[in-house]
Amino acid sequence: MGAIYRREVGAFFTSSIAYIFLAVFYIFSGLFFSLNNISAGSTDLSFVFSTMFFMSIFLIPILTMKLFSEEKKQRTEQGLLTAPVSLTGIVLGKYFAALTMYVIAVSIVFIYGLILSLYGTVAWLTLLSNYLAVLLVGAAFIAIGLFVSSLTENQVAAAVGGIICLAMLFLIDVIASFVKISWLQGFLYDLSFYTRYYEFTCGIFNLSSVLFYLSTAVLFNFFTVRVFEKRRWS
Amino acid sequence: MIEVRNLTKHYGDKKAVNDISFTVNDGEILGFLGPNGAGKSTTMNMLTGYISSTSGQALINGVDILEDPIKAKSFIGYLPEIPPLYVDMTVHSYLNFVFDLKKCKLPRRSHLKDVLTLCKIIDVENRLIKNLSKGYKQRVGLAQALIGNPPVLILDEPTVGLDPKQMVEIRTLIKRLGKNHTVILSSHILSEIQAVCDRVIIINHGVVAANDTATNLSNKVTTDHRIMARIDGERAEILQAIRALNGIKYIRADMEREPGIYEYEIEAEQGIDIRRDINQICRAHEWDILTLRTMEMTLEDIFLKITMGENIQIQKGAGK
Ligand SMILES: Nc1ncnc2c1ncn2[C@@H]1O[C@H](COP(=O)(O)OP(=O)(O)O)[C@@H](O)[C@H]1O
Ligand SMILES: [Mg+2]
Repeated sequence: MGAIYRREVGAFFTSSIAYIFLAVFYIFSGLFFSLNNISAGSTDLSFVFSTMFFMSIFLIPILTMKLFSEEKKQRTEQGLLTAPVSLTGIVLGKYFAALTMYVIAVSIVFIYGLILSLYGTVAWLTLLSNYLAVLLVGAAFIAIGLFVSSLTENQVAAAVGGIICLAMLFLIDVIASFVKISWLQGFLYDLSFYTRYYEFTCGIFNLSSVLFYLSTAVLFNFFTVRVFEKRRWS
Repeated sequence: MIEVRNLTKHYGDKKAVNDISFTVNDGEILGFLGPNGAGKSTTMNMLTGYISSTSGQALINGVDILEDPIKAKSFIGYLPEIPPLYVDMTVHSYLNFVFDLKKCKLPRRSHLKDVLTLCKIIDVENRLIKNLSKGYKQRVGLAQALIGNPPVLILDEPTVGLDPKQMVEIRTLIKRLGKNHTVILSSHILSEIQAVCDRVIIINHGVVAANDTATNLSNKVTTDHRIMARIDGERAEILQAIRALNGIKYIRADMEREPGIYEYEIEAEQGIDIRRDINQICRAHEWDILTLRTMEMTLEDIFLKITMGENIQIQKGAGK
């Protein structure tokens, strides 16, 4: 796992995906930060955080698209799958490499917080709760993006497929609002990534939401392992 | 030591490998000979745990590849048909990665240096893999298999696409490695297998057609009765005269190689050496023989021989 993790983090930088990902993340969040906080003189970062949620939908699939599709295309996966490592180790190595990039990206909020603290008081606890929320959402989204990447050998398809999946998860809310059957509506709201995220941004710490995001991450990593097991046995 | 028992792989209805059994002893080089699509790569992929078998068993140093894959894989160095190279990495960082991936316990610096030296890639150590020639890439592929000094080496067509000089180098290297490794080497080139291997398994359409020592196999496929001759003389007369010789199965005028001079492909009955007869007849007619050589037995010929019931004879040779 360690070897794969280190190689992937290195590959993010040599393939310049890291630079694109971080640049887009920093430019857009910085833009909203300066408009919403600096210009408007507000220390409330929750708007910047919710833009991060939306950016994740488009940027996380960029991060994960190559992770398995490219291995399949270049036939390098044969080296991994015949090495004395477990499938779980392979999947988690890649997963944590992408998660590391994501953590580097969203941790910019602490710099925003420091800048704001020069002008007024920052609600650090709310900031931390928001930070935790984007991390959890990212942890779940990365597992989903990685899973999509394991299904194809075309990285563009992996990116587009990932964006569609994540956008669908976001739209569960919208769909739910149209569903008139109450139990189904309730169920869909329970699945909603955004509603749960929104609670965090209001400073509400909901343990069930933490578990929801974490189990999504575990589940999709498990699915990815299954994809490789199934292919081996086909 | 590798033990393969009744290994079978089906893709849907297609039997890519059907009931293959063999054993490779320590310090032995086994050649896996067969045309494209014979099932060589499929067998190797099962041995290395890349794909599972439909039925049957493969033991690497006594460990079943499906029961304890991680342990079995730790004994194997595998060079797949397409080497698994990360082309955006340098040779050095790639081999370092493989070292970590295999959780290698040997001293890193000296072991990497040994492998780089053995594969003659020390001078390209800091180059990106994508900028290397095919021959160098193949050697990096071999190097990655050698990392960790695994006792078993499985090499899938390691010389394909190389120029003749590189081929010889790789073969020499494999032969050297065979002294203290258990090696399976696949190829569709008979002479390569004969040059490198102790034992040969011929595989066709997913089944073992012959299993013999390399020496026995080459004895069985002597080719004195098939010759290629370039003769300066009237084509029709040559054809007629040679056809009249004793034991000729067929003769065919091949291309016109020099103005008015043809090459003739001649085959006699098995076991009849017709070279002297041809010489005499040419002398009698005052034709000049410009070239005379026995024809290399092609793999196809061997398959024909084997499938025409001569495999019993070849199999028997193993017992001698
Ligand atoms: N993934 C696959 N799906 C279906 N058929 C396959 C697959 N891989 C190989 N085959 C078939 O199995 C046979 C053996 O292939 P292979 O082992 O690659 O042969 P070789 O390596 O001897 O050239 C071929 O007929 C090939 O078409
Ligand atoms: Mg092959």
